[in-house]
Amino acid sequence: MILDELSPSRARRTLSAGTRALRALRLDGPLTGVLALILCIGVLVVYSASGQNVRMVERQLGNIVVAVTALVLLARFSTPQYLRLFAPLAYALGVLLLIVVDVTGHVGKGAQRWLDLGFMRFQPSEIMKLAVPMICAWYMHDRPLPPSFRDLVAMAVFIAIPTALVVAQPDLGTALLIAASGLIVMLLAGLPVSIILLSIPVLALAAWGGWHFVHAYQRERILTFLNPMSDRLGAGYHIIQSQIAIGSGGVFGKGYMHGSQAQLDFLPESSTDFIFSVIGEEFGLLGQLSVLGLYAFVIGRSLYLAMQGQDTFARLTGGAIALSFFVYVFVNAGMVSGIVPVVGVPLPLVSYGGTSMVTILAGFGILMSLHSHRKLVGS
Amino acid sequence: MFRRVRIKDHWGERRVFTIRSIVAGIVVAVLLLTVAARLFYLQVVRYTYYTDLSQGNRVRVEPIPPARGLILDRRGVILADNMPAYQLEVERDQVGSLEQLRASLARLAQLGLLDPGDLPHILQTVLSHRPYESVPIKLALTDQEMAIFALHRFEFDGIDVHTRLSRNYPFGPLTAQAIGYVGAIGPRDLEHIDPTLYAGTTLIGKLGLERTYESTLHGKPGFREVLVNAAGRPVTREGPYRPKLKTKLPVAGSDLILSLDLRVQRVAQEALQGLRGAVVAIDPRNGDVIALASSPSFDPNEFARGLTFKEYRALLDDPNKPMLNRALQGAYPPGSTAKPYYALAALHYGVITPDEQIFCPGYFHLPGSSHLYHCWKHGGHGEISMRRAIAQSCDVYFYNVANRLGIDRMHHFLSQFGFGKPTGIDIPGEASGLMPSPEWKRHAFKNPADQVWFPGETLIVGIGQGYMLATPLQLAHAVATIAARGRSFVPRLVIGIRPPGAKHMIPLPPIPEPRVRGITPAQWEVVDEGMEDATKPGGTAWQIGQNAPYQIAAKTGTAQVFSLRKNERYNEKTINADLRDNALFISFAPADDPKLAVAVMVEHATGEGGQVAAPIARKVFDAYLLPPPTTARSTTARSTTARSTTARSTTARPATAVPAAPTRPMPRPADRTGAARGERRPEHGMVGTR
Repeated sequence: MILDELSPSRARRTLSAGTRALRALRLDGPLTGVLALILCIGVLVVYSASGQNVRMVERQLGNIVVAVTALVLLARFSTPQYLRLFAPLAYALGVLLLIVVDVTGHVGKGAQRWLDLGFMRFQPSEIMKLAVPMICAWYMHDRPLPPSFRDLVAMAVFIAIPTALVVAQPDLGTALLIAASGLIVMLLAGLPVSIILLSIPVLALAAWGGWHFVHAYQRERILTFLNPMSDRLGAGYHIIQSQIAIGSGGVFGKGYMHGSQAQLDFLPESSTDFIFSVIGEEFGLLGQLSVLGLYAFVIGRSLYLAMQGQDTFARLTGGAIALSFFVYVFVNAGMVSGIVPVVGVPLPLVSYGGTSMVTILAGFGILMSLHSHRKLVGS
Repeated sequence: MFRRVRIKDHWGERRVFTIRSIVAGIVVAVLLLTVAARLFYLQVVRYTYYTDLSQGNRVRVEPIPPARGLILDRRGVILADNMPAYQLEVERDQVGSLEQLRASLARLAQLGLLDPGDLPHILQTVLSHRPYESVPIKLALTDQEMAIFALHRFEFDGIDVHTRLSRNYPFGPLTAQAIGYVGAIGPRDLEHIDPTLYAGTTLIGKLGLERTYESTLHGKPGFREVLVNAAGRPVTREGPYRPKLKTKLPVAGSDLILSLDLRVQRVAQEALQGLRGAVVAIDPRNGDVIALASSPSFDPNEFARGLTFKEYRALLDDPNKPMLNRALQGAYPPGSTAKPYYALAALHYGVITPDEQIFCPGYFHLPGSSHLYHCWKHGGHGEISMRRAIAQSCDVYFYNVANRLGIDRMHHFLSQFGFGKPTGIDIPGEASGLMPSPEWKRHAFKNPADQVWFPGETLIVGIGQGYMLATPLQLAHAVATIAARGRSFVPRLVIGIRPPGAKHMIPLPPIPEPRVRGITPAQWEVVDEGMEDATKPGGTAWQIGQNAPYQIAAKTGTAQVFSLRKNERYNEKTINADLRDNALFISFAPADDPKLAVAVMVEHATGEGGQVAAPIARKVFDAYLLPPPTTARSTTARSTTARSTTARSTTARPATAVPAAPTRPMPRPADRTGAARGERRPEHGMVGTR
């Protein structure tokens, strides 16, 4: 396969019609295939988890169509040059929209994450998941690596602005994911090891300080994560029911559409945030490990594609997209199995819902575009 | 300002990125493996734990209480069955706090559904159960009470009406003494029952056979798994997820087949109408208790229905003591009915021969004492032998017998007939009576002066007075032993058990007791004849021998319940009714082939044993030994008496009509209990050995 990429002459001989189509669309075959597989699994599980709700499946298929379209368009028509130009614009637009959301949310009292555009509702914080790593990569593109202290401060500011705005919504989970996507760029760019080590006590201090800053319900979430049984029917209910669902699935699961926890509504948010528990209950350990394996392949393949990037922007953006994807997987799987606090993060590509799916597949579109629009050495 | 310009090192930067990516890849792998390990822990290591939790989540187990076993008489007539009743039940954890529970109960009392005086007791009962258990607080709601509750139901969380099988005693007071009754499971019952066996059951045997045979009658509860959703509501799902839910049917309790013969029981109970007394009839051939009557009686249905504390108190405080089962809880001086045993003792120990004549001048004078021991017959019996002494109940003859025997031999010999110890009948609460001895007296009294046995006391015990006490059941058991010439059996009420679903009962063998030995047939014959003479002209019970198509052997007794002062004579008319003598009668018939032994005791009778108690025994014999009378005659007699023997004190509720006895057990009350007992109907006439 590697040879396919590197030597066109040999590749030409083995090209099938499908591969040729992938080539024409500038898609990466293995990555596209596995992503498609994950999407199919997602649809099947949503059908079961929603209590055999056909309407939800239809809407999810619609979401997939939109997201896949975004992927294909980005992969086919965006080039690294355009993307580099687009990054600051996207970032600026995103920050603007976040301010709008915060202001309207403040007026409307309560959490405000959506922007109603009339024909669709839209979550500006989702843009930031891509815009933040891209702006950081854009910033480092012309600068020598590893980044100087100035560069680090600059990137920290790029990260801090949207993160603070999302925290203010308040949406701590998304804020952390946005911050993580930016930090990933910093790490990949060559953040000095001394700073990484130094940041550990600083982060601990920040956590202590943040404890008094976060909302009561967020504090409660962390407390119940530490001891779910302290609040069986309240905040701990989600975690307990999720672990019951997973644990009772055993190695082989209870069978498709036979998970009692999900089917009898004991498992909350079974189609969205806790869909991984449904997989655990109905398909068991084998099912969950298979899904994790597919995710691992996606992450590995993405990292591999990123490593082949020919410039800093391509590499950093690609790496950030790959590792952000991992963060989503880890936070969600860790949450439902009880090793990470409950954060409202969907399982990427499987959970019911359109926004995050569009963002994620758009990210992969960018990744593939950056890879397929390389100037091939020796050609 | 000097600004350091760094040249981009593309290969170097690419290397840094690659190294960082590989490190990141390793971190990713480690973290994903952590998640995998966690999943392994949940799904493999703790699989059982979470499976149980999941099972508990989706399935609620509801107990199905078993149907209680029926109780039938020896001919198959149902004496106790089950019928549906509306119960008011409370589930504590649905009510909320203790304060809310108190308030709800108080409100129910305000509506007239509970008696205010019962509230503390009800609260205690509710609190003694586990919070999620449904505890009955009122056992049988009338239609009117149902309507009242329905109107106010919205006020009561956690309190609702449930249909349960309640106990029904078709013959009410008639069989109450033997069968006892069931009541709501109370705090004291909970101490000794296995709560898992009683899940869903609200009633438990409190007295009589219902209590003794509780484990036999109760059965085993079943359960039903109910699919519930997260809100705890039962659901039936149409989707593909239809789990198999287990249902285990309850095993009904076993039926009890009694030795009682309802016809005889009815006659005995009716004969005691308006009296305080007891009748016990025993088959001397196997110890079967054919009738066990005590008067006044009570209606056990009121207990199954749920008595208020006040009503219960009133029953206990009734001066006629309807709750006292006189047949086996009342100990009375046996009076002259003890004489046949002393006669046998005298023959056994050879202190007298049957033909020895003893002169009765109307009194007995113990050497060395100034006290005169009187015979009931003023002028005395003159020269008298054993046979006539029994038939005419000569006291002087038996003073002599006692004097010659001595108290130790009297004590030892009569103990063989069961005096002084419980007979071991299969219902609880039996009194042991008293067969006195010098040794007993040493232990029974504190004052050393009272611990001495006086020779005069021997004489008094010799005519069944003094310290000697016996229950009517002991009297019947003892006379049955004479009837069977020394063979005896533990009296029993249950002759067979029919397991659920079985067609035939498993008979329980009679329980033989050690035989009374050392008495020759000729000696038995003397006493037998003396007792037969008692029902012949000249005997003390000559009236009942008239027109009897079979020969009755009997002994009358009239026992003083208080001591006469020295040389004083008893005069029925001048004495307080409570202090009047008790009339007693022991008998068996037919004398040549005894099939039934009957003991009768009437408290404070206006007449002697031969006049008051003997006719009752005759009716019992007639009912058992003669062919049944025509139905027309018996129904009229029935309904009146069954009712009137109920405790009708100032406090008792207006007694509900006791249904007339069906001559056949049709239509069967059991049918009303529905499918639960469907196939288990007893076949008429399948029991009974006569």
